[in-house]
Amino acid sequence: MTFALDIDKLTCIRGHRVLFEGLRLSLSAGAFVSLEGPNGAGKTSLLRMIAGFLMPAAGTVCIRTEAGVALTDGEDRARAVGWLGHQDAVKPQLTVREQLTFWGQLYGGGAVVLGPFGLAPLADVPGQFLSAGQKRRLALARLTLTGRKLWLLDEPLAALDAAGKALVAETVRAHCAAGGIAIAATHEPLGVDGLSLHLGAA
Amino acid sequence: MFTLANPKHFMAASGKILPWLAAVTAVLFAAGLTLALSVPPDYQQGDAVRIMFLHVPAAWVAMMAYGLMALAAAAGLILRQPLADVAVKTAAPLGAVFTALGLITGSLWGRPMWGAFWVWDGRLTSFLLLLFLYLGVMALGNAIEDETRAARAAGILAIVGAVNLPIIHFSVTWWTTLHQGASILKKGGPAIAPVFLWPLAVMALAYTMLFVTLWIVRIRTTILERKAAVLRITGRA
Amino acid sequence: MSALRRLVARDLVLAIRAGGGAALALAFFAAVATLVPLGVGPDLKLLVRIAAGVLWVAAVLAALLSLDRLFQADFEDGSLDLMALSPLSLEAVALAKIAAHWLSTGLPLTLIAAVLAVAYGLPASGTVALVASLLIGTPAVSAIGGIGAALTLSIRRGGLILPFIVLPLIAPVVIFGSGAVLAELDGLANGALWFLAAFSLLAVALSPFAAAAGVRLNLGS
Repeated sequence: MTFALDIDKLTCIRGHRVLFEGLRLSLSAGAFVSLEGPNGAGKTSLLRMIAGFLMPAAGTVCIRTEAGVALTDGEDRARAVGWLGHQDAVKPQLTVREQLTFWGQLYGGGAVVLGPFGLAPLADVPGQFLSAGQKRRLALARLTLTGRKLWLLDEPLAALDAAGKALVAETVRAHCAAGGIAIAATHEPLGVDGLSLHLGAA
Repeated sequence: MFTLANPKHFMAASGKILPWLAAVTAVLFAAGLTLALSVPPDYQQGDAVRIMFLHVPAAWVAMMAYGLMALAAAAGLILRQPLADVAVKTAAPLGAVFTALGLITGSLWGRPMWGAFWVWDGRLTSFLLLLFLYLGVMALGNAIEDETRAARAAGILAIVGAVNLPIIHFSVTWWTTLHQGASILKKGGPAIAPVFLWPLAVMALAYTMLFVTLWIVRIRTTILERKAAVLRITGRA
Repeated sequence: MSALRRLVARDLVLAIRAGGGAALALAFFAAVATLVPLGVGPDLKLLVRIAAGVLWVAAVLAALLSLDRLFQADFEDGSLDLMALSPLSLEAVALAKIAAHWLSTGLPLTLIAAVLAVAYGLPASGTVALVASLLIGTPAVSAIGGIGAALTLSIRRGGLILPFIVLPLIAPVVIFGSGAVLAELDGLANGALWFLAAFSLLAVALSPFAAAAGVRLNLGS
């Protein structure tokens, strides 16, 4: 079995407004999707629905693992998702290494890797001294650390310079090449080959 | 039962029952108050005993309302019924009013008996805490903007409160025995005189019907308000 | 080290390092306990009687002061999302956070109370009863406060509403806690500490479920 994500007839209603309706999406290992659309079109809501935070008004989301297990329940999907939110979840009081070590142990993932993300010289710097771009790199390093196969990225390019953006693209490309799936809500192209899904203002 | 939980069915059914409920409530109150005013004065308390007919039923309904609110909260959380959410939100202020009524009539009754409007009696203190529980549920429900989330949060608090309520009552009772002063009298006496029993029962029924009637009115109003809000936003039904 | 203990350790470090609320809560506790004798007068006889009540109320308020950030800081910066997606259940996350709050607030409050009890003229037996009651009772404050913190997570002024919704639920802790000390002073046999222990156990066992329900509710937004 290959890793796959199936979204069927998904409907999202927020505060009496239908954001999207009857959404279908089938992805298998290696796929990349960029979610496009204006603010308030439901990009973040779709990501949160896939991750199991939000209950869909109708429809199903199913993650199929390589072992052939279908994860349809929100709580189960949550255990299969790698998340890069638009906040960085960086604590000002903890050093870069402390934060990565903590999340690595919480997720039961592998060893902390700093080098590829340009974080090696910052290992002992507390979060409060990091620039917005450096925090983003820390978040990206953490995402890799979780070892999850389905990545959900909310505005991954925000606050990044050209080198940072290239790093995101490269990391996502490597993840997909290794058999993962990535869905990114973005305003600008990520520079990764794949599908694009446009959520319009209904 | 479950078809009633659908707001549409609820509106239709409750609309038919409501006039009858209101009429029954009015009749019960008329009968109860007539009886309460016609019983002979108590040999110890005199005419002050008549406050009991307003006080005791208010206290009963205040407790019953909390139980109903917690049940509605459980239904809302387990069955995810929007109607149950509305029921929780509307029960809280009503329960708070009955609790406040119980406290006020209690302290008016206490004035001739204890010589003070307020004593830290076990039951009064329990009811003060019950009032705070109600106000907490209301405050939480009002502080959260999203109406579903507000109702669920208030519901969780209501259930936690329901679990805690017997413990609160027990602790307060224990507390009054620990701090027992000489001046505190037991309210109500050892047993209630039979002449008082009938008016009390009728008044209890009247209060209960009043609560049920007001609850249904509030639920209907809230559903209609939400419909109006949706219409305003979407411009369609 | 297990994930749960990692989370407790991380929250402890955050509470203790600059910007954490632990030190502030302790200072608040000491300040209130100092202010009361200034208000009621230096009569030691009176102070002995009110010592347990004042210290218990001050301890509860101090604990609540630092409770409103229990989940909120992690909610605002997105950490709570990542915790919810981790292999730990939200119930375990709530339990770990409650434990960390008690270790960083309830436990040091108990130690400071032992010193303040002397200033209130509490005899040794009363001080022992007070310390025991705080040690047993403050976990319940952290646990029930944790429910309130989870429910008020998304409210901007959640810190104001939290004490209000939590106080009636915490009343038994204050009653049994200070009651244990008064009964000890009066030489009465009483089960206050046992009641307190039972309540605390129940609160710590059940609160993570209610708190997790509250967190789940607020993450779905």
